[in-house]
Amino acid sequence: MSLGGAWYLGLAAVVFSIGALGLLVRRNVLVMFMCVELMLNAANLTFVTFSRMLNDIGGQALVFFTLVVAAAEVVVGLGIVVAIFRRRRNATADDFHIMRG
Amino acid sequence: MIHAAYLMPLLPLAGFVVLAAFGRRLGDPWAGWLGTATVAGSFVVACVVYAGLLAKAAPARSFTQDLFTWIPVGGLQVHAALLIDPLSMTMALFVAGVSSLIHLYSIGYMKGDSDYPKFFLYLNLFVASMLVLVLGNNLLFTFVGWEGVGVCSYWLISFWFGRDSAASAGKKAFLYNRLADVGFLIAVFLVFSKTGTLNYTGIFAHLSLIGGGTGTAICLLLFVAAVGKSAQLPLFPWLADAMEGPTPVSALIHAATMVTAGVYLMCRISPVLTQHHVAQLVVASVGAATAFVAATIGCAQQDIKKVLAYSTVSQLGYMFLAVGTGAYEAAIFLMVAHAFFKALLFLGAGSVIHGLHDEQDLKAMGNLRRYMKLTFFTFGIGTLAIAGIPPLSGFFAKGEILDNAYARYPALWAIGLVTAALTAYYMTRLVSLAFYGDDRWRHGPGGGAGAGDGDGHGGGAEPHESPWVMAFPLVVLAVLAFFGGLLHLPWHSSWNPLSWLGPVFGAGQYEAHQSTGTQWALGIVDSVVALVGLGVAFSLWSRRADRPALEPAVLERAYFLDDIYDAVIARPGQAFARFCATVVEVKVIDGAVNGVGRLTRVAGGGLRRVQTGYVRQYALGIVLGTVVLLAWMLSRAVS
Repeated sequence: MSLGGAWYLGLAAVVFSIGALGLLVRRNVLVMFMCVELMLNAANLTFVTFSRMLNDIGGQALVFFTLVVAAAEVVVGLGIVVAIFRRRRNATADDFHIMRG
Repeated sequence: MIHAAYLMPLLPLAGFVVLAAFGRRLGDPWAGWLGTATVAGSFVVACVVYAGLLAKAAPARSFTQDLFTWIPVGGLQVHAALLIDPLSMTMALFVAGVSSLIHLYSIGYMKGDSDYPKFFLYLNLFVASMLVLVLGNNLLFTFVGWEGVGVCSYWLISFWFGRDSAASAGKKAFLYNRLADVGFLIAVFLVFSKTGTLNYTGIFAHLSLIGGGTGTAICLLLFVAAVGKSAQLPLFPWLADAMEGPTPVSALIHAATMVTAGVYLMCRISPVLTQHHVAQLVVASVGAATAFVAATIGCAQQDIKKVLAYSTVSQLGYMFLAVGTGAYEAAIFLMVAHAFFKALLFLGAGSVIHGLHDEQDLKAMGNLRRYMKLTFFTFGIGTLAIAGIPPLSGFFAKGEILDNAYARYPALWAIGLVTAALTAYYMTRLVSLAFYGDDRWRHGPGGGAGAGDGDGHGGGAEPHESPWVMAFPLVVLAVLAFFGGLLHLPWHSSWNPLSWLGPVFGAGQYEAHQSTGTQWALGIVDSVVALVGLGVAFSLWSRRADRPALEPAVLERAYFLDDIYDAVIARPGQAFARFCATVVEVKVIDGAVNGVGRLTRVAGGGLRRVQTGYVRQYALGIVLGTVVLLAWMLSRAVS
């Protein structure tokens, strides 16, 4: 049996919302980072779904770009997170508000 | 032969370029000799071209030499071209001739000056500009020379710019001239809009297009320019202050170049001028009034050069009287004669000043005829010439102007006659004070400290005659001033070299058809008047030097004209400038600039609270923004 496209879209929306909510409410930098990944992948899922529904390979091609960019972003982001952990034991995002205007 | 005409302005210009590049290396005196040689070369070329022009038949003596197209813009085609005709050649001859004598004289006069090469640099450019002015074949090219003369006069008058008075005199000359030049420019625009050309020949071919009102306006606007350049009533004060320059400059400005430019311009446009009688009357009246006013001022001046300055203004007034009468030949005649005797007088005055170690106060001179015989003799000839004593050049030149004025405007003739008496009076006063009486310079200057006594020679040092480079031009000019009248003797056409100007002025030339008896009577009246002025002045001033009653302050200070300008124009101008500096600058301009700064700071201070440093708040902002954006797009999609 195959599920309709609406299910995939719904799943993507749910995953995206979880990611967005997590980003807003959690303080741990690593967890926030994971939430961003959730949102990215939700978006990827939407792309693939629409690509199948509309018979357009462009959407799936775009997902590859998104994955590559996300991988690069992870490398940079994790590097920063590791550097932060070296300086202090815990990593709460709110501790880093020295950039306040 | 005529085709060498372009060399006339080019030679002094080349001298200017060479002096600009190598002047310092040439130094004293070679820079002076180079400058003199180029101007003298220009004079030789002028003689050659003159001979070439004389060889032609009278009606064919007009020739345009096209150098290059200067401004090719649509319908406006302005060429840098020279117009060689009897009028421009007469001017070029005496400009180049007198200028080369003045250059020669300057070699001696400027000796030892620290800016010696620079002086000849300016002098050469001055002569080149003047030659462009007189030879240009269209109004714009003439204007180039006109402005060139103006700027050179500024440089030369303020040549000793270390002195405050010299610096401000230069500025004054420049401002008065610029003020008047506005008239020239507007006239050029008017001429172009009416005739579509700026060439003199083109303009004169389209005389019918220049209607009554416009024609009068063009003439009067050009006259405004001439009033500034030729120092007529009300714009003459700059010429008296121009005495701050070195004496050869005064001679150059007064005799050969600059001030005659205005008269030349009016003669050049004579075909237009003769058609507009109102303009003619204005020119003649201003001329006569200036002649009289300046002569009265000249009677009460203390500075030897100031007397000569006002006498120049007065003589220029005569020339404009002639122009306004329509007697253009007479105007040019007096201009040439004036170039001779005024250059002579200035160079003689320079010789006196030089001999007395920079003393210019008449009251601190006296009895110089015993010490400077040659200067006295030549200066005397100049005085008799300008006073109009027959048979010297001034008598014939002035006589011809007065004859024409008598026939056309009798009232102006009367003013001119009174002025002639005054001319003889103030010139004789000058000679009596400087060359007769006691050796006042022995006791130091009469009025306290000497004005220009910079080098430590007080009164008391023995006056000395000048070196030959200064004496030689004096002698040449004295001969010319004596015999200059031969150029235009009234009673026989074959003795009349200046009558070759006839074709230029054509029918516009006013001819007073007077009987020989009237001419003799007028001539006798002129001479008697001049002799009376001369005798009165000699008996009054040759023994006594202080007669305050005859030198009222109102005349000595030139009818307070400077004070009036100061009160009416300069002070309100300064007040306005101060208002701008204290109110407009501080409140408006600074206010605008500071206001922009303050606005940015306040806005930044408000906006910076948004930047909290908490990542979740930024994320919330992004989410809310996305939601709002989505809601907006959905609402559009639904509707």
